[in-house]
Amino acid sequence: MNLVPIAARVGAPRIVPTRGIPFPAGDPSLDPAAERAWRRRLLETALVAVSTEVHKPTVFDPALIPAVPARAASAAST
Amino acid sequence: MRVVHYLNQFFAGIGGEDKASTLPASRDGAVGPGRKLASALAAEGHELVATVYCGDDYAASERNAAAEILGLVQEAGAELLVAGPAFGSGRYGIACARVAAAASAAGIPALAAMDPSNPGVPEVAPAIAVNSGEASRHMADALTRMAAAAAVLARGGTPGEAEGVIGGASAGARRNTVSPHTAAERAVLLALSRLAGGKQTEIKLPDFGHVPPAAPIADPREALVAILTEGALVPSGNPDRLESARAKHWFRYPLTGRDTMAAGEFQSVHGGFSTVAANADPNRLLPLDVAREMEASGEIRALHPEYLVTAGNGTAVADATHFGVEWAAELRRAGVQAAILTAT
Repeated sequence: MNLVPIAARVGAPRIVPTRGIPFPAGDPSLDPAAERAWRRRLLETALVAVSTEVHKPTVFDPALIPAVPARAASAAST
Repeated sequence: MRVVHYLNQFFAGIGGEDKASTLPASRDGAVGPGRKLASALAAEGHELVATVYCGDDYAASERNAAAEILGLVQEAGAELLVAGPAFGSGRYGIACARVAAAASAAGIPALAAMDPSNPGVPEVAPAIAVNSGEASRHMADALTRMAAAAAVLARGGTPGEAEGVIGGASAGARRNTVSPHTAAERAVLLALSRLAGGKQTEIKLPDFGHVPPAAPIADPREALVAILTEGALVPSGNPDRLESARAKHWFRYPLTGRDTMAAGEFQSVHGGFSTVAANADPNRLLPLDVAREMEASGEIRALHPEYLVTAGNGTAVADATHFGVEWAAELRRAGVQAAILTAT
């Protein structure tokens, strides 16, 4: 989370905040199923980010991005 | 000539950060990197008679440290002093600079070796500053230049560019000055100024340039997506020897046939954070397991069959810029439409 201002400062156009420098695509404090769901949430957010027009460094908060429709289908199949 | 060598506690073999308060002390003969220096000096007819060392914390923060160290240098009968190499280390560089400057002022020809970016550089005068390179991998070259510069000094000459002498203040160089305010007071004053709409800063911030954001993709379900990381995640054993810091390289590794980044098959060699969590489950650095799931479910059209990786740790902006240009070219050539880069 504390790298977000740095990412913005150096001009990263689309930024997804995560939960710790050593595990940008995970969260070891969660049980495996919950961690995997969090990782999915991060990638869903990233896909929203790359589908969104931006003109300056923009933060996409995983908590504020609506779930994409394909998520339900995928969750049911896995 | 009788040459005395100055080292910090680490290169003197005393210990690391836990020994940084070590008091100044002296030993006969060469220690650690001083051995190579001694043999190079011996070839010119000079003898490295003693090594004086001190902890970095003590040397950089104790007011009388340089004078105490100079006392030991004089006790050893120095006719010439060589300090370092300190590379990019701030405290060590400042210590080398002050010791060399004190020796030179006391009539002992002296030089200090460090990287041109080292904050000690402005304090070396009237002694000579020699370029050591930025990190200890340049040790051998640094010692060679130091010995060559010392030989010129011993002849009564003035070492120059050929001996790696660092020239006058370069553009953007920082100079140490004494402020009437403590650091805490300066910080509060700057904060108050900022709150009042001011833009004062004590350090000019670097210019990272500007890259216009890429246009968005129309639909991830029709996109070829790449996953990348600067978390130094490499096949176990690091076959290509990716650097753990100040990387000069990046690599690509295949993801074909993999549904997950398996523990034991990949490891992070990043030198800037604890890699325990990443090594226990490398998907925490490179989210391949979920990316494959999204590929199978059609949330993305396909995943790029390779991942690109470097170590983002103290990387020079010029190198990082170079990597970014190469990565963009590589991905564009492969038809990738979107990239997700994990940053540590």
